[in-house]
Parts: sequence; structure tokens; C-alpha cells
Amino acid sequence: MIRVRLPAHLRTIAHIDGEVHLDLEGPVTQRAVLDALEARYPTLRGTIREHGTGKRRAFVRFFACEQDLSHEEPDAPLPAPVVAGTEPFLVMGAMAGG
Amino acid sequence: MSGVRVLVGTRKGAFVLTSDERRADWEISGPHFPGWEIYHLKGSPADPDRIFAAQSTSWFGQLIQRSDDGGRTWQPVGNEFAYDGVPGTHQWYDGTPHPWEFARVWHLEPSLTDPDLIYAGVEDAALFRSNDAGATWQELPGLRGHGTGPKWQPGAGGLCLHTIIQDPRDPNRLVIAISAAGAFRTEDGGKTWQAINHGLQSAQIPDPDAEVGHCVHHVARHPERPDVLFMQKHWDVMRSDDGGDNWYEISGNLPTDFGFAIDVHAHEPDTVYVVPIKSDEHHFPPDGRLRVYRSRGGGHEWEALTAGLPQENCYVNVLRDAMAVDSLESCGIYFGTTGGQVYASADSGDTWAPIVRDLPAVLSVEVQTLP
Repeated sequence: MIRVRLPAHLRTIAHIDGEVHLDLEGPVTQRAVLDALEARYPTLRGTIREHGTGKRRAFVRFFACEQDLSHEEPDAPLPAPVVAGTEPFLVMGAMAGG
Repeated sequence: MSGVRVLVGTRKGAFVLTSDERRADWEISGPHFPGWEIYHLKGSPADPDRIFAAQSTSWFGQLIQRSDDGGRTWQPVGNEFAYDGVPGTHQWYDGTPHPWEFARVWHLEPSLTDPDLIYAGVEDAALFRSNDAGATWQELPGLRGHGTGPKWQPGAGGLCLHTIIQDPRDPNRLVIAISAAGAFRTEDGGKTWQAINHGLQSAQIPDPDAEVGHCVHHVARHPERPDVLFMQKHWDVMRSDDGGDNWYEISGNLPTDFGFAIDVHAHEPDTVYVVPIKSDEHHFPPDGRLRVYRSRGGGHEWEALTAGLPQENCYVNVLRDAMAVDSLESCGIYFGTTGGQVYASADSGDTWAPIVRDLPAVLSVEVQTLP
């Protein structure tokens, strides 16, 4: 089970309470996690990654296990604790006020 | 009992203000979508319970929300605004080429007759249409493909398509305006477009009377006289009597002809309202006095409307989409400020009172007149 933690604005628009728990088949990568997340919550399409290109939006960051994974390749394996479900994959809004 | 519903978009959410026809006591609903920029909300003339809202942030992008119950509940609809084909370049602020990039929806314009048809004006400037109540959006690419696109440039707020005017005589005839490109008209439903900027003069571009490049801030017209258009340009208040083919200045005795908002009385096609702003450097009212100016003769001669408006120490702005009129027998005029006030006049502007004083900065105001 993969644990995903979203910022408040995205939880609100997708009507999510707490963490999202996803069961993935195959390699656990940033792309696989976000694909599964958007499949379950279509409202999130375009809010984390751009439509069309699939690129991370400029003011969105990905953290896990006290590491910044924002600039990792989308198909790189996520850290083992994320795969094991002991640590969450964090989607964050950039620290820019708001 | 008839009444009005005022739709207010702000920097931090949307608000719905309702009243009966007396427009003295108001019910305030909101914030809807708290924390998000709501550039615009507008109700469908064909189904007043259907309202669309453009919700965005720089963090999480664009959403479109739709209500089918007059703003009580909302559901997100389609938010993919993909330019048709490979977007080219427009001018950047320094005149260099800059690729077209979608930023946000500035203006939503529901069809006059079809509740499922809606237009969206976006930044970087383009016109989109949805035929399924916002579920999916398609660009009308003839506008960007008009040929002058590489000469369009952003205004201070970005390269935005902010005005969409439908002709009640012919749904294929639209007038749109872009900062800073100018006004354009289609007569075939958006397939082909004509720049309609003859008569505009702009000192901020190398050729002051160029075909495009003008920073048009807003355009308004009376529905019973669709060929008469009133324009608040960056500087200059302008009028066209031939659907935009030719423009002439009607600034007359205004204290300054810079401003953003402009609108027309619901029952008097020659009664026009503007809110003069000191200059493009200051963006606040002259002398710290918030004054709406009204012309009852279609321009040139303007009178200051001040009763109920602050006449000292007022340094707010009134943005381009932040003025609207209702169509009750005694026409109501409404506007919102960047200071968070929404003012209303139930007597065509003679007297004013705030509906609310302390909202986030107001980006847009629209009014629905309810049966």
C-alpha cells in the first residue's frame, strides 16, 4: 500500500479526508503513483502535473523520507519505505506564500 | 418576488450576494473556494441557476466549477485548455518572441440561449468554447491564427483575453478584446476574425495607430443596440457606432481617461459608466476620491457620482470585470474594489452604499436579475 499525502487545497477539491492509500501493481514510481492518484480522483488532473506534457507544475514539489524528489526522473523507483508503506509520498505546494 | 444575485470573484474566493428588488438588505454567501483566485463567475442567461466560476492558483493551476442550483453547490468540470496545434510566439514585454503558454481563465461568457454552450477567454490570449457545459473545451484557433498573433504583447496583468460580447441578433457574431492586442470580431462563429481597432491611438507602441498592439481594458454595449460599442482603453474612453469598424474618443470632461471598468445602463443605451483612475503609474482614483462618472448622452459630457462613495483617502482600484448592471425597473449599478468593497446603487448611480466592505481584493462582479 502506497500512502500519499496531499496539500489542503487538493484534498478539498477532491473531497479527500486524510491520506490517500493506493495499491499499485508493478514498479512504484512517481509516475505510477500519480497516474493511480489521478485515476481515482480525476479532479486532480492538471493540478499536480500539466495536462498534455505531464510535467510537474512549477510550484509543486514531491518529498519523501526527508528527501526532495521533485527533480527525480518520473520513472525512477521511489524510496523503499514509500514502497513498503511505512513513509508517505508527499505532494507539496512550493513555499511561496499564497 | 424579483431580486438580484451578485457574483463576486476575489483574490481569495468567491462570494454570492443576494437581495430582493429593493436591494437594501443583502444575504452574503461565501467564501466559496476559499484561498483560490476567482477571476470570474457568470450565470447562464438561458438558465439562471447555472453558474460557472474560473478558479485558479499559481500552485495548482486552473479549475472550472459549475453550479446548477444558483451557487449553493458546485462541481468541478473540465480544466484542460489545450491550444490547437503547436502554439507559436507572441511578443514578450521587451518585444522579443515568447512562446504561447496557458496561464489561467480570465473571463467566462455563457451563451445567451444555450445553457450548455460557454466561451472562455484565457491567458495567454485565446478563445475556447465548450458545448457540454464545461466538461470539455476546444480552442477557436482562427483568432490566434488571425496573422497578427506574433505582434500581441502582454499588459501588466498578462496577455489576456478578457472581454467576450455576444450579438443577440446572431450567435455567430462575437466581439472579443485582448490586452494588449486590441479588439477583434468574428461573423462566422469564430472561424475567421477581423481586427477592429481603427481609430485607436496608443502612445505606448511604436506605431500609435497600428492594426494591433492596443491595450484595450474593457468593452461594453447595450443588448438592444449591439453595433454601438463603448471601450475603456488603457488611456481613452472610446465609442464605435458601426460594430467596431471605426472608433472615436468620448473622454470629454473626464478628470482622467485612464481606467478599467465600463458598462451601459440596462434601459438607457446612451447612459454609460466609467471609473476614472489617475494613471497607469498610480492605479488609484484621482485625489483619493472614488467617483463613478456617468454620461447620459453616449459620452463626451460626464457627471461625477459621489453620493455614498468615499471622497477622501481612497486609493483602491476598480478592475476591468468588476462592474455590472442589473435589469430591474430602476437599474442597479454594482462595482467592486481592490480594497474589498462591493458598492451598489439601486437608482442608476445617483446614490451608493456598500454591500460588503472587507472582502479580499475584488477581481470581478457580475449580476443576475432574478424573476
